[in-house]
Amino acid sequence: MIDVIALEKKFGKNTVLKNINVNIKKGEVVVVIGPSGSGKSTFLRCLNLLEVPTKGKIIFEGTPITDSKVNIDLHRQKMGMVFQQFNLFPHMTVLENITLAPVRVKKVPKEEAERTAMRLLRRVGLEDKADSYPSKLSGGQKQRVAIARALAMEPDVMLFDEPTSALDPEMVGEVLDVMKELAADGMTMVVVTHEMGFAREVGDRIIFMSDGEIIEEGTPEEIFVNPKHSRTRDFLGKVL
Amino acid sequence: MNIDFTFLNKYYMFFINGTKNTIIISIFTVLIGVILGTFLALMKLSKNKILKSIASSYIEFIRGTPVMVQMFIIYYGMNLGLPDYVAGIVTLSINSSAYVAEIIRAGIQAVDKGQMEAARSLGMSHKMAMRYIIIPQAFKNILPALGNEFITVIKESSIVSVIGIPELMYNADTVRGNTFMPFAPLIVAAFIYFVLTFTLSKVVGRVERRMRAGD
Repeated sequence: MIDVIALEKKFGKNTVLKNINVNIKKGEVVVVIGPSGSGKSTFLRCLNLLEVPTKGKIIFEGTPITDSKVNIDLHRQKMGMVFQQFNLFPHMTVLENITLAPVRVKKVPKEEAERTAMRLLRRVGLEDKADSYPSKLSGGQKQRVAIARALAMEPDVMLFDEPTSALDPEMVGEVLDVMKELAADGMTMVVVTHEMGFAREVGDRIIFMSDGEIIEEGTPEEIFVNPKHSRTRDFLGKVL
Repeated sequence: MNIDFTFLNKYYMFFINGTKNTIIISIFTVLIGVILGTFLALMKLSKNKILKSIASSYIEFIRGTPVMVQMFIIYYGMNLGLPDYVAGIVTLSINSSAYVAEIIRAGIQAVDKGQMEAARSLGMSHKMAMRYIIIPQAFKNILPALGNEFITVIKESSIVSVIGIPELMYNADTVRGNTFMPFAPLIVAAFIYFVLTFTLSKVVGRVERRMRAGD
């Protein structure tokens, strides 16, 4: 579904990603782990071109989206993204946050968009918050709304950029639960996270990154139980 | 000191008409200034280097030269044959637009960059994101500063008295000449200016508080 070929990203002279090659298959849950500053978030943000790669190709559902002739807006509709800082639209209610893009971008009739939004809110357990403004929600609730907002576009893949890192510890669980359900429903997911428990339990494949490179990848079993590389062992030794 | 205000019995209409003209000039200036300023701000924020440098040069030049000089250039220098009023409003608008542009640019840039990213990640175009997400939020940052710009314009509009537009300052001066009173008519003018700006700043303050309560 997503093919990343020889991806490289530089910020000025600073190389943040070097020669990244990844293939993400339909229905797969890929979890990216690694120390801070290893380039995991940049990698994720390159997938929907929020960061424009310096070199290399990203092929999404057969289209090389890194090609400058491609209208990225069309492909982003198929790639939901959830941010560390939620980024809900503060001037809109929860319901408006969720229906805005379907109505304006996909031209879904408003009523239908609202029905879908309510269904998604039920799914994340927040149907009673439809008319609230984001400022009235807790961090965990905000992130669940953000997930619902991304799902409203009916994406083929969901990208999660450290979705629980800005949350108080007691709220991490509610967000991870929603993500687990999504994974169980067969959603293709790429998740950058520090939640090793989640990675182990939900991930089909773990990618370990360090210093802008993929050091090692494999099943949770392979990475967590028998890491081959010393840097992986070092990192896991510190976080587990 | 004993100031005699009895001249007002005879000359009050000068002040009323002058105030009216000052208000009319200021409103037009602010309206045109906001429209021009919005375009300038969008130009300055655009990725197009040519548009960007045109807007930046314009803003820097206008902010770096006295409004009096600008007015003389437009009124005497360019000799466009504009009616006095129009020349006055054009000058003030051009001047104000540079400040408004900076207010709007700052207001837009103050919106968290995650907002644009979230909008774009949902497949919205840049234009759509600006329209539905960025501008409405920027508006909250911009409106109070725009109110203050209005206040500045009211005060600065006194400069057009120099080219003979009968606004408050000009009329106060006329009264001064007719009555041979050097002081009192100016006090009246100052008082009226103060009432206008003070009222406006109270209104701006109220709007600002109400907006903050909405957060």
